[in-house]
Amino acid sequence: MTAVDPTEVLIVGGGGVGCATALGLARRGVPVTMIEKGLIGGQASGVNFGGVRRHGRALAELPLANRARRIWPRLKALIGHDGEFVASGHLRLARSAAEMAEAESYAEAARAYDLDLAILDRRALDARFPWLAAEVVGASFCADDGSANPRLVAPWFARAARAAGAAIHERAEATAFARDGDGFRVTTRDGRAFTGRVLVNAAGAWGGRLAAAFGEPVPIETITPQMTVTEPAPYVIVPVLGMISGGLYLRQIPRGNVIFGRGRGVADMAAGRARVLPEVSLDNAAMAARLIPRLASLHVIRTWSGLEGEMPDGLPVIGQSRTTPGLLHAFGFSGHGFQLGPAVGEILAELATSGRTTSPIAPFDIARFAAAGDG
Amino acid sequence: MSAPRVIVVGAGPAGVRAVETLVTHGLAPTVIDEAPAAGGQIYRRQPAGFRRSLADIHGFEAGRAGRLHAAFDALAGKIDYRPKTQVWTVAGTRILTLRDGRAGDHRFDALILATGARDRVMPFRGWTLPGVYTLGGAQVALKHQGCAIGARTIFVGGGPLLYLVAYQYAKAGAGVAAVIDGVGATAKLRALPRLAAGRSTLAKGLYYVAWLRAHGVRVIEGALPEAVAGADAVEGLRLRDRRGRAVTVAGDAIATGFGLEPETRLADLAGCDFRFDAGDRLWLPETDGEGRSSVAGIYLAGDGARIAGALAAEITGERAARALLADFGQARDPARDAVLRRRLGRLDRFRAALAHAFPYPHQAAAAMADAVMLCRCEAIAAGALRAAVRDLGCDDLNRAKAFTRIGMGRCQGRFCATAAAEVLAATSGRDLAAVGRPRGQAPAKPVPLTAGADQ
Repeated sequence: MTAVDPTEVLIVGGGGVGCATALGLARRGVPVTMIEKGLIGGQASGVNFGGVRRHGRALAELPLANRARRIWPRLKALIGHDGEFVASGHLRLARSAAEMAEAESYAEAARAYDLDLAILDRRALDARFPWLAAEVVGASFCADDGSANPRLVAPWFARAARAAGAAIHERAEATAFARDGDGFRVTTRDGRAFTGRVLVNAAGAWGGRLAAAFGEPVPIETITPQMTVTEPAPYVIVPVLGMISGGLYLRQIPRGNVIFGRGRGVADMAAGRARVLPEVSLDNAAMAARLIPRLASLHVIRTWSGLEGEMPDGLPVIGQSRTTPGLLHAFGFSGHGFQLGPAVGEILAELATSGRTTSPIAPFDIARFAAAGDG
Repeated sequence: MSAPRVIVVGAGPAGVRAVETLVTHGLAPTVIDEAPAAGGQIYRRQPAGFRRSLADIHGFEAGRAGRLHAAFDALAGKIDYRPKTQVWTVAGTRILTLRDGRAGDHRFDALILATGARDRVMPFRGWTLPGVYTLGGAQVALKHQGCAIGARTIFVGGGPLLYLVAYQYAKAGAGVAAVIDGVGATAKLRALPRLAAGRSTLAKGLYYVAWLRAHGVRVIEGALPEAVAGADAVEGLRLRDRRGRAVTVAGDAIATGFGLEPETRLADLAGCDFRFDAGDRLWLPETDGEGRSSVAGIYLAGDGARIAGALAAEITGERAARALLADFGQARDPARDAVLRRRLGRLDRFRAALAHAFPYPHQAAAAMADAVMLCRCEAIAAGALRAAVRDLGCDDLNRAKAFTRIGMGRCQGRFCATAAAEVLAATSGRDLAAVGRPRGQAPAKPVPLTAGADQ
C-alpha cells in the first residue's frame, strides 16, 4: 500500500458538489485532496439535463437553491468559464385546471422564499410562447431560472480548485473507509491510502456505501434519468420547460439542439454506467413532438443516461454524520444536485472549517433516516 | 429444437453470402438492409429505369457483381427481406429498426452484422466546402446514378480506392484533373513483394495507374493535401509535394479518402468487446477465428468487422453463417471450412500488405493547422480540441467530446472520431490506444422524433 501525503479535508467523489467543495476549501487555504473513481464530473454531474432551476423545487431546498442562483452568474469570475449558464426562464406547464390550481398555490408558497413566479393563462402563453400545443392550458413562469452545460461545470470547478492548491486524483476508486486516529483513511483499488482529518462524502449514487461504512445506512436508490438530444433547429424555445405533472422536461440551446428527458434507463452499477431503453427514447420523442408540434420534423441524434442517487423524500443528505465526528455528507441529490452544487460546495467548506453554516440545512440531516435504518 | 430466429444486417457481399449459406441449411433469416436493392456499396445496383451494363458500372468486377446479385435474387421467397430499413440500435436480443420514418423491432436468437465500411478521412483546410466528397461518395455517385462530382475532379488520398475511382471516372468520360497519392513511389515499390500475395488484385491496381498515366492524367506521389483553393467553391487543391514544395492543382471538385474503416456502431451498441489494432490504428470488434463476437449469438462479417475487401467479405460472410449453424447444432463440413480458411489466409496476407502499403497518414494529425475543421457537424476546429488538452488536461476521446462537442453532431463521430483521436493523441502525448474510442450511444443514425408516435 502506498501512503499519500495526509491532508486536512479528504473528499470522496469528483462531481459538482465535490469539486465546488474542493474549490471552496482551497480558496480558504485549507489543504484538501479529492479522489474520484473515474473522471471529474463523469456521472450525474456531467450527464444530467442541465437545468438551473429553482422553480418547482421542494420549499426546503429553496434557500440553498437561491444561494446557488447567486453564484451561477458569477461562474466566469469564480472558475474561469461561464459554464454556458443562460438565465432563459423556466416554464412549468399545466394541462388541467387542477394543475393550474397547483401552480398557483406553489407560487403563493414560494413567495416567502423570494421566488417570484408569474402565472400565465393560455392567452398569455399564446402571446409569448405560441409554439406550445393546445393541450397546455397555462403555466407558471420563473424569469431568472435557466440552464447550463453540465459537461463543463464540474471540470472547470476542478481546474480552479487545482489552481488554488487542491490535490485532485482521478481514476482513484475508494474501496475501503476507516477511522485513522482522529481522522480518516480511505484506500483505493490501486492500493493507495489517503488520510485526512475531515472526510467529505460527495459520492453521489455511491454515497450510501460510504455512509454505511460508518454505521449510517440510508435508503438510497439509484435512478437513471434518460435523456435525448435532437439535431439543431432554429432557436425558438428560449425558456426551459417542465411539467407540473412531472414527466417531460425540455430545453433548446442557442446552437439549436433540443434536449429532453423523461423516464428511466437501466443501471449497471458495476460498470458505472446506465443503459437507455429504446422504447423510452421513442416514447419521449413522440411526447416532445406532441408538446411542441414544430419539433415533429426533427431527428433524434443521441440518447444517454447516467447514475444518480435518490432519497425516498427526494431531498439530499447534507450535513454532519450522526455516528462519526469529522464526517460530512453531501450525497443523494435526487436529481437536484447540478443547480445546488456551487452552493453546497460553499456550505461544506464552511462546515469543514468552522462546523457551522449560514444556510438552513436541518431538513437534509441524515438523522431523518435513523429510525428507518434501525428498523 | 425449433429453428433459431436469425437476422442478418446488411446485404453486401458478406451479408448475401451469409444469407445464402443459412438458406442452404434450411433457415429462413430476416435480412435487413438500408439500400433499396441488395449488393452493398461495392456492387450497388442502379435505380430502376437506368440501363447501363454491369460491365459499364463495375468494370473488371462485373462478373462478381452479377453473381452476387443473382445469388441474392434466387433467395426470394425463402427469406424475410426488408430493404430500405435501418437498424438504429441493438438492445439485448432485439434490433430496433426504422423504415419510412416508422420504428419497428425484431427479436433474434442469432444476429449477423455485416454492416460494411465507410471512408476514412483526414481533414484538411476547406474539406467542408461544397464540391469536396469522400472517395466512396464520389464512387457511389458514379456507380449508382451515373453522375460525376465535378467536370475536373482531383482525387487525393490513399488506399486502393484512390486509383480505382479515378480510373472509373476517366473511363466514364468524366474529367480527372489529377491523382494525388499520399504514399511515395519508393514506399510503394518496397511494399510490392508483399502485395504480390494479391496477384490479380495487385495486377488490376497496377493497370489502373498505368492506364491513367497513359491517358495523360497527372499523378503526384508522396504528397498530402494542405488546403482547398477557393473561398465558396472548389477551385483547386494546394498541397506540398515530397520535396516540400507548395503545388496547386486546379480542379472543380475533390474526392478524398485514406482507405476505409469498419462501420462498427451496431456491434458497439450490442455490447461487443473491442480491441485496438496497432497496424490499422483502429479499434476493431473482437472476433474469434470464425466471426463470433464476444456476445453470444452475435456474429460479425465482412468489412464491418475488419477492412479486407469484397472478396474476403464473401468468405467471412459464409464463415460466420457456418459458425452460427454449428453453434445451433448443425453438423460441420470440414472440407468446406478448410477451403474458406485457405482462401481467407491468402487474402489476409494481401490485406496486411495493403494496410502496410497505404498507411493512414496519422502524422498529418499532429501537423494539422488549428483552423482545420475536425468535426464538420458541430463545426469544431482542431484548435478547440488542443485547447481542451491545454486547459482541462483532456486525454480521453469521450472527454474531448464532452468538452468540445467533437463527435456530438448528426454523424455522432462516424466521420471525425478517427482523425480527432489522432489529434488528441498527438497533442496530449498519449498513445492512440490510450485516448480510447467513442462510447456508442443510440441511435446509430438519426431517428425521426415521431418514429414511435401512435398513428
